[in-house]
Amino acid sequence: MVTIENLTFAFKKNRPLFNQLNLKLEKGNTYGLFGLNGAGKTTLLSLISGMLFPDSGDCLIHEAPARERLPKVLSDLFILPEQFELPKMNALRYIDIQAPFYPDFDFEKISQIMKEFQIDTGKNLTELSYGQRKKFMIAFALASNVSLLLMDEPTNGLDIPSKSQFRKIIAAANLENRCVVISTHQVRDLNTLIDRITLLHAGSIIFDQTLNSISDKLNFIKLKPDDTRSTLYSEDVLGGQFAICLKESSDDDTHVDLELLFNGIIQQPESFSRVFQNGGIS
Amino acid sequence: MNFNENRPIYLQIIDFFCDQIMTKEWQTSDRIPSVREIAIQMEVNPNTAIRAFHELQEEGVLYNQRGVGYFVDKKAFEIVKEKKRREFVNNKLPHLFKDMDQLDFTIEDLKSAYHKKGFED
Repeated sequence: MVTIENLTFAFKKNRPLFNQLNLKLEKGNTYGLFGLNGAGKTTLLSLISGMLFPDSGDCLIHEAPARERLPKVLSDLFILPEQFELPKMNALRYIDIQAPFYPDFDFEKISQIMKEFQIDTGKNLTELSYGQRKKFMIAFALASNVSLLLMDEPTNGLDIPSKSQFRKIIAAANLENRCVVISTHQVRDLNTLIDRITLLHAGSIIFDQTLNSISDKLNFIKLKPDDTRSTLYSEDVLGGQFAICLKESSDDDTHVDLELLFNGIIQQPESFSRVFQNGGIS
Repeated sequence: MNFNENRPIYLQIIDFFCDQIMTKEWQTSDRIPSVREIAIQMEVNPNTAIRAFHELQEEGVLYNQRGVGYFVDKKAFEIVKEKKRREFVNNKLPHLFKDMDQLDFTIEDLKSAYHKKGFED
């Protein structure tokens, strides 16, 4: 669906943010796009949605360059930015004006989600709180029924019950027919929804694997101080170490701890890429 | 739904299904909720949920009728019970024995505690 090839992009000359970045995004996956602050997650989403243009290399959506912003591409793509401005009008008027850009827009779904989120459709969007505006945009994004859905920190600003509602709405979103990219630091809000981990670091994608293949290859376990099992990465915890080890055939599957994995890959990218090199892309 | 942090989600979904079967909440030939319903209820990606369905189908606990849904097999209760027994012996008993050892809690202590709770031999 999205093919990024040898993409280079710089905000300042001679200081490229992305250097020969490659990434393929496929239908049926829900990507968690992770990276340190300033790694360029938001910039990457802007490049995919055609809001920024690459300096060199390609960013193709269904073989059409994103920078051309073709109507057939844009009508099948929705980006929910972290920060956005909404016009001074109520939700219903906004839907009237914006929905026609999306041929498969589902009016029933947006009213259902707005009801669940308790969005006041009588008020001007500008009068709503940040969290409520965000929820309105989430409702719009899901109702647009696009096959490429990009969301930048979607759970920021959501209250506690809304986060759970958000997960239910995403789980119900026909993920098998879409490509969803969620950029986030809120690992715990979203780790049950993401099924592929994509890590952006130092200008390129240093890791991109399904959760299934991660749990097939790695074990996340607590080791006692006298344990001699060799580890790929570990952190000290009370009474021992929390470690990532190569999975042995006798091991049970363990829960993939995204925080530990993230720290491990950032610090030792080579050890992890070696593990997934042979037939790693699944 | 709150997940236990140490166990993969699909295994926790399997645990939930097995509990439903052990408590007879789900019985032979019952149609169980769809992958989609389970995914929404548990707030997980349907890809994760489907792994639980597939695994239990392979073990003979569930069977699938194309286009209709997943059903509880007539051997489900026995299979789940056997599976739970293995898990109990392999995973839970060693912890119990270790604690008993550390706390000087004898088999006799265990027996009387068992009876005190109203269980019979």
